[in-house]
Amino acid sequence: MARAARSTGGVAPPSSTPLRRALSAGAVACLVLLVLALPVLLETRTYELARAAEYAIAILGLVVLVGFTGQISLGHGAFMAIGGYTSGVLMFHTGVAGALTIPLAGVVAGLIGFFFGFPALRLSGVYLALATFALAVAVPSILKRFEGLTGGSGGLVLDVLAPPGRLHVRPERWLYYLTVSIALVLFALTWLLLRGRAGRALRAIRDGEVAAVSFGVNVALYKALAFGLSAAYAGVAGSLLVIDSGFVNPDTFPIELSIRILVGAVVAGLTTLGAIPLGALFIEFLPIYSQQVSQQAPAVIYGAALILIMVLLPSGAAGLIRRLLSPVIGRL
Amino acid sequence: MPALLSVEDVTRRFGGILALDGVSFALEEGQIGGLIGPNGAGKTTAFNVITRLYPADSGRVLFDGENLLRSPAHKVVSHGIARTFQNVALFAHMTVLENVLVGAHARTGFRGEAKAQAEALETLAYLDLAELAHRAAGGLPFGTLKRIELARALVSRPRLLLLDEPAGGLNHEEVDELQGVIRRIRADHSLTVLLVEHHMNLVMSVSDRVHVLNFGRKIAEGTPAEVRANPEVIEAYLGSDDVAEPETTALALEVEGDDGAP
Repeated sequence: MARAARSTGGVAPPSSTPLRRALSAGAVACLVLLVLALPVLLETRTYELARAAEYAIAILGLVVLVGFTGQISLGHGAFMAIGGYTSGVLMFHTGVAGALTIPLAGVVAGLIGFFFGFPALRLSGVYLALATFALAVAVPSILKRFEGLTGGSGGLVLDVLAPPGRLHVRPERWLYYLTVSIALVLFALTWLLLRGRAGRALRAIRDGEVAAVSFGVNVALYKALAFGLSAAYAGVAGSLLVIDSGFVNPDTFPIELSIRILVGAVVAGLTTLGAIPLGALFIEFLPIYSQQVSQQAPAVIYGAALILIMVLLPSGAAGLIRRLLSPVIGRL
Repeated sequence: MPALLSVEDVTRRFGGILALDGVSFALEEGQIGGLIGPNGAGKTTAFNVITRLYPADSGRVLFDGENLLRSPAHKVVSHGIARTFQNVALFAHMTVLENVLVGAHARTGFRGEAKAQAEALETLAYLDLAELAHRAAGGLPFGTLKRIELARALVSRPRLLLLDEPAGGLNHEEVDELQGVIRRIRADHSLTVLLVEHHMNLVMSVSDRVHVLNFGRKIAEGTPAEVRANPEVIEAYLGSDDVAEPETTALALEVEGDDGAP
C-alpha cells in the first residue's frame, strides 16, 4: 500500500503526546485525591456528597445512553427502582448485608434494561422519551402490587448501613467511600469501554445509523447493550440510594427522580465523562441551597438557575471546561 | 470469468412506483462498472438493495456465489463490500481517524485496536489525509469528506467498492484527480468497482462496462462507446424531463461529437 502512496508530510502527531498524556494522568490523579479527601474537608456534608456520588453513577449511565448513542430516557428512575428493590428485598428477606446486594441489583436492572432496549429500537426522539417516562410511572406501582415481597405502599424498613466488622468509621463516611469507590470503578470501566471499538460503534450510531450499519455495526444489538449498561448503572445507583436511606417504598423513586438525573446529565454536558461529577453535585446541592435562599419558593430558584445554565452553557459543564482549558491544552 | 457480483432480476417497489423493475447486471472481478441513468432511474436504489439497506421484493443478488439477500445489512461488509454515499455519510462528531476506524469495525475484534489504528493511519496517508487524522470530520470541505469516505471504505478491505456519485459536488480539478484515484485504488487493492455517476466524462473514461437504467429498468449495457451510441440511451436522456441538467447536456454533446454531428 505504502509503495503507491504519494509523498505526504508523514503521519500527523497523535493527539496524545507524552506530555499531554502525563498531564491528563496527573489531573485525574489530583481529582481522585480530592474526591477521597472531600469528607474530611467538608465533614458536615459527607452524607450529601455520598448522595451526589450515587447520582453521578446514575448520570454516567444516562450519558452513555443519551450522549453516546443518542437514545433518550426520561425514565431512569424506573431502573433505579428495580435496582433499589432488588437490594431492599434481598436485605429484608435474607438479612444479607446491603453492600453485597449491589452487584446483583446492577445485573437485574441491566438485564431488564437490555430487553427493554429491543422494543425501544422501534421508537426514537419524543416517542422513546414518552415510553421511558411511562416506565418510570409504572414500575413503582407494579412493585407495590407484590406486597409480600416488597411491602406494598408501606415498603420495607431495612437495617441501617454499618461499616463491616470492627472497622471504626462513621457510617456516613463508610457510605461515602463505598459509593465513591464503586463510582470510580464504573467511571474507569466506562472510559475504557468507550475509548475503543465499542465506543466508536455507539458514537457512529448516534452520528449516522445508515453508515454505521454499512460498516458492520449491529445497530440493534449495540443500542440494546447501551440500554442495558445504562440501566445497570441506574440499578447500582438505586441500590445505594436504598442502602443509605435504610428503607424502600414506592415514593423512594418518584418520577421527579428520573427528571433530576436527566437534568444532571444535561448540566454535565452529555458527551464528556469528566464533567459528570459536576452535574451530580448540581442536582444534589442546588435544591439544598435554593431552600436556604428562599424558604417559600425553592423551586423558583432551582428553575431559574437551570434556565440560566442552559442559556449560558449550552454544552453544559463539559463545554465550559473545554473552553477554559483549550488555550492551555492547545499550546502543549 | 465468472461474475463477482451478479444482480439477477431484482424488483423493488415503493408504494406504486417500481424503483427497480426486474433489473439484472453483472460485474466481473477487477472490472470498473458504471451505472448510469437519468435522475430517479433507480441507481441509488440498486446500491441500497445490494447493501441490504432496502429489501428487494424479488430477485437475487449473488456475490462470489452467495445470495446477499439472505444477509442482514450489517453483515454485508464482511462479505467484502464497502460503499460511499451520495451525500456523504460521515460521523460528524468523530475525528477523521475514528471515522476511518469504523471502517475496520467488522474485521477487528476487541483486541485488534493497535493494528487497526496503524492500518487506518496508513490508509489516510495513502489518500493524502494524514494531516487531518485528529480533526473532527464535521466542517471539512466537501471534496475532503468524500476522500475520507473512500478511506473508510478501503479500511474495511473490500473486494467490491460501491461509489455513489463520487464526483458530485467536486470541482474540475478534483474530478480529474478522482479519475486517477479510482484507477489507482483498483490497481493497488485489486478491487472491483461499481460506480453510480452523473458526471459522464468520468464514467465513460474510467468504466470498462456501462449499465444504463431508466425508470427502474435496464435499457442498455456495453462498453462506453457502445452505450454512447445507443439510440435508446440518447432517447432516455434527451427525452426525459431533465434535459436542462448539465450532465444530460454533457452526454448529449459527447454523443453528438461521436456521431460527427455539429
